Amino acid sequence: MRFTRISGLAAGGMALALVVGACSSSSSPAPSSGAAASAGTGSAPYIAIVSKGSQHQFWQAVQKGATDEAAAKGATITYEGPASESEVDKQLTMLQTALDKHPQAICFAALDSKAATPLLEKAKAAGIPVVGFDSGVDSTIPVTTVATDNIAAAAVAADQMATAIGGSGKVALIVHDQTSQTGQTRRDGFVNQIKAKYPNIQIVDIQYGAGDPVKSADIAKAIMTANPDLKGFFGANEGSIKGVLNALKETGKENSVIAIGYDSGQQQIDAINAGVEYGAITQNPVGIGAKCVDAALDAIAGKTLPKTIDTGFYWYDKTNINDPNIQAVLYK
Amino acid sequence: MQTTTAKGQSRARALASGDSVQRLLALGALLILLAFFSVISEPFRTPDNYVSILVATAVNGVLAMGVTFVIITGGIDLSVGTNMTFCSVILGLVVTNAGFPLWIGIPCALAAGALVGAVNGTLIAKAKIPPFIATLGMLNVCRGLAQILSDVKPIYFEGTPQFYELFMGKSLFGIPNVVFIMFGAGILAHLVLTRTTLGRYTFALGSNEEATRLSGVNVDGWKIAVYGVGGLFAGLGGILIAARMTSAQPSVGMGYELDAIAAAVIGGTSLSGGEGSIVGTIIGAFIISTLTIGLSILGVPDQWKLVITGLVVIGAVWLDVLRRRGRA
Repeated sequence: MRFTRISGLAAGGMALALVVGACSSSSSPAPSSGAAASAGTGSAPYIAIVSKGSQHQFWQAVQKGATDEAAAKGATITYEGPASESEVDKQLTMLQTALDKHPQAICFAALDSKAATPLLEKAKAAGIPVVGFDSGVDSTIPVTTVATDNIAAAAVAADQMATAIGGSGKVALIVHDQTSQTGQTRRDGFVNQIKAKYPNIQIVDIQYGAGDPVKSADIAKAIMTANPDLKGFFGANEGSIKGVLNALKETGKENSVIAIGYDSGQQQIDAINAGVEYGAITQNPVGIGAKCVDAALDAIAGKTLPKTIDTGFYWYDKTNINDPNIQAVLYK
Repeated sequence: MQTTTAKGQSRARALASGDSVQRLLALGALLILLAFFSVISEPFRTPDNYVSILVATAVNGVLAMGVTFVIITGGIDLSVGTNMTFCSVILGLVVTNAGFPLWIGIPCALAAGALVGAVNGTLIAKAKIPPFIATLGMLNVCRGLAQILSDVKPIYFEGTPQFYELFMGKSLFGIPNVVFIMFGAGILAHLVLTRTTLGRYTFALGSNEEATRLSGVNVDGWKIAVYGVGGLFAGLGGILIAARMTSAQPSVGMGYELDAIAAAVIGGTSLSGGEGSIVGTIIGAFIISTLTIGLSILGVPDQWKLVITGLVVIGAVWLDVLRRRGRA
């Protein structure tokens, strides 16, 4: 009796899972995707996009750019990413699934380039061009990488930090991770610029908070405790700078420590307007999404592409946050 | 009947306060840790830092209290982390999106947590799904619901400044209110565990579920209640974490259940059920945050922090196992 009930429940559960799975793909359905379960039907090329995440609004802005561009150019896309940027394995599973759908092209932002290499070799062997975006892929397989020049961008952040603290003093970095290219390049871009141009600025610590605002806040507080004369923080992604801002609020140091961040989001925008955050680097997420779709279409058409396609970055602070070209690339 | 009840009560109190050896060991370990870091690191022994440790323990402490109840019954609740996130989203929906005042939003968030807990309890008691599986499934359900309801975007509480003031404001001794709320919740949890029927049956279920059932106790109903209590504390955790971040962040929360369970276990709650205490759990939670913050101040890289914290959890459980074996 009990056994029948359990197996009945199990069957019901599986049926429910199948129904839910059929109704929605693992990505948020874009108007032109979802239906493309196999190779692009007819003339509409199918591009599978696997990004580093789906939860942060940055990725949602990339998705919007990609979706709009695909609709404009008559392509179909699927867009997916793991829940957190440490889930390398989940991303690889998504990449495998994308490959199994036989797309005309794949756009990929690797959480871990080396781990993804075997699957990318498979894509290359199957004749599917790979377009890297954002972190890109640290390998020769992608035909191009559509990204922000994070090293240059982080160097600008370093210059701004130096100006803000008067050229000397102690600063610290809160970075999201050290396995992805964006984590490494933003950290290195900032650190190398400080070492090269500002010998009187000392970087006291670099800690990794996985982009979790609460963990990053606790880490930032610990760094401030260890270095009471700390003058500035650089948060290398949105979650990290949110943590810094929360830490400054909790310790009451909002007006005595300079905070410089990355990307945007409502909390940063408000903080910059309020003068709590000195400024931040914004990428062009919508542009990244759109340009990677364009690059994929060009690759499908057999055109040769440049090694990198720079989607640009801007420094924004209280003085220029309302400029139209800045507003266009900020997301809330 | 009267004698059994009185005996049951005192047995519960005995179990909660009687297995004090583990709790003394945990307290001793905490004091050693605090002394160690305070001696070798001058910044560690500033009042601001001790306050930071208190604040950092608040959310995990509350989650761990709830999970203590569940583990004492011999079960486990893996959903406390994402349940916490789900409740913070509910708070955001009610207060920010729908515009209701805090005194409506907070009970809603608590109720949401208790509801998730009750669902866990029902799956475990009625559908006879093992706690690990049932709460694992609910972990994902809560995570998904949190994202669906928030449209995967943070919900901010900027329009409700009294929210931050209420929880992070410093009413006494320059210590944010969350700390007092955590201790208050702890006192409440301790009283429930040691002086109420729910507490008594929590221990009974963990010690010998069959015997409890055979004595005519509605085991299923009480199990649901215990998991409901666990969920209620997760809801409180959701409110506290939303206050710390001044927002409900749907992507935060995964992994928080592990710290909560670790805190309970370090504090002497046995994973095989029948033993545990709130005092021990709170000490366990403090050990975890003291370690994490102390290592951060010393500049220890994140990877090593993880290894050290993991070894501490293993060490704590191993000590407990040794002690039991010595006793038996």
